[in-house]
Amino acid sequence: MDLVGLLTIFALAIFLGFEIITKVPPILHTPLMSGSNAISGITIIGALIAAGYQDTVWTAILGLLAVIFATINVVGGFLVTHRMLAMFRRKG
Amino acid sequence: MSDTAFEIIRNLFYLLAAALFIFGIKGLGHPRTAVRGNLLGAAGMLLAIVVTLVDRQILGWGWIIVGLVIGTGVGVVVAVRIQMTAMPQLVALFNGFGGIASAIVAGAFVAKAADSRQVAFATIASGIIGAVTFSGSVLAFAKLQGLVSGRPNTNPLFKVGNAVSTLAALAVGYAFLMNPGLEWIYWGLFLIALVVGVFLVLPIGGADMPVIICLLNSYSGLAAAATGFVISNTVLIIAGSLVGASGLILTRIMCVAMNRSLINVLFGVMAEVGEGPSADEIYAGKVKSTTPEEVAMLFDGARRVLIVPGYGMAVAQAQHVVRDLANVLEAQGVDVEFGIHPVAGRMPGHMNVLLAEADVPYDKLKEMDEVNSTMEQVDVVMVIGANDVVNPDARENPESPIAGMPIINVDKAKTVVVVKRSLNPGFAGIPNPLFAADNCLMMYGDGKQAVLELVGALKAG
Repeated sequence: MDLVGLLTIFALAIFLGFEIITKVPPILHTPLMSGSNAISGITIIGALIAAGYQDTVWTAILGLLAVIFATINVVGGFLVTHRMLAMFRRKG
Repeated sequence: MSDTAFEIIRNLFYLLAAALFIFGIKGLGHPRTAVRGNLLGAAGMLLAIVVTLVDRQILGWGWIIVGLVIGTGVGVVVAVRIQMTAMPQLVALFNGFGGIASAIVAGAFVAKAADSRQVAFATIASGIIGAVTFSGSVLAFAKLQGLVSGRPNTNPLFKVGNAVSTLAALAVGYAFLMNPGLEWIYWGLFLIALVVGVFLVLPIGGADMPVIICLLNSYSGLAAAATGFVISNTVLIIAGSLVGASGLILTRIMCVAMNRSLINVLFGVMAEVGEGPSADEIYAGKVKSTTPEEVAMLFDGARRVLIVPGYGMAVAQAQHVVRDLANVLEAQGVDVEFGIHPVAGRMPGHMNVLLAEADVPYDKLKEMDEVNSTMEQVDVVMVIGANDVVNPDARENPESPIAGMPIINVDKAKTVVVVKRSLNPGFAGIPNPLFAADNCLMMYGDGKQAVLELVGALKAG
């Protein structure tokens, strides 16, 4: 996709982000942060492509490192958020 | 199926994943939908991963499987075993991992930077933001974990280091822009940006951590978005910008709660202490200490009790005994609520998570404005491990370094009991006139032990 198209998506997503999370009750600040943090692990997509592309050994190693870091971010992030939210729900 | 058709289908699935992220983050903002929101986000992530794995660009699976297995193992173990009191440092560390993953991906595709000026620019952004997020987060983790001192440090050399490393990063970034695709320049930039991240977090003290964690959260999203520009992937751009925006909003909320600007938190130092009266002048002869038995008697005559927790409760791991205290009081017909200051603790919502872990129903957790509006009717306020957020100087003394910071007005209640180890000042390093107020009693001791004794005295009485 061309640059303008990507920039359009970027700008709209930023606006959307501001719109959908303006009024978050303080009780949810920590889960929102750890949950959104897990979503920022989306960079795992790029990591997978780099690790699987097998261009050179060097890029494969970089890909491997990126996959490890991003997977910890994604798996750990969603899981610990779920753990936290379950505590809130227990007596809701 | 032709490559183009395949690409179209893949991108449609990416769009679906992006929609799931949007619903997921929206869901996380409301108590009723938060669990579902998190699951939707996870579903979106799984979808995006699966779609990527069936892509024909993937030629070998070995590295991928090794990476996924290691990452999943570590992630699961950490997420299951972490204590709730350690959530701030865990979130900091996860932010950092996301950041460095983005920077490494941009590095793996560094050859793409030769394609166009725009990609080169995105590569630089991803490298700088990702590396800053990583080193900053690791340092924040070390401070929160107590590996490095959490005291605010105003060494002027830090400002010099900050300026020099930032300028160096920009200069090397420019060099990369002129010679796009040169790998060693990229990794040089990466190393310099690591230094920038260290200088960003070095001066930050424990009580300002909520702001810096929110900011690093935002950065981790922006790094992912920048990497999206490098590999022309829309789902990275969308998910990354959503997180970038949400982190910025939280950063703003935290700054407002401290009545400070982001610039002031990052570079400024709190106003110098010194002009005001010294601790001795304020406290001299006016501080009254009390015992758990006396406080138990005080509670006997109370109808409304408010508990105000702070970081000290987390340090003492006192959330469970505090819950016991609330239960015992409620069994005696006392109305008990919790007043939570937005920046109490080391990350946004820290106190809420701890009290939820201890099974305190969340409708008992009240926000600052709500408890302030009925403070005059509260018979006893119990402050546990909080200091600056209940310092009336913020409201009354325009000369105070914390002047204008919104506080919980516990001094307006009929009686205040402060559980504290000693009269040592809080993070702001200033004395707290609350402790010398006529209606304030100090119950010295470790938070957990003191509350435990109080519960014992209440049950005995």
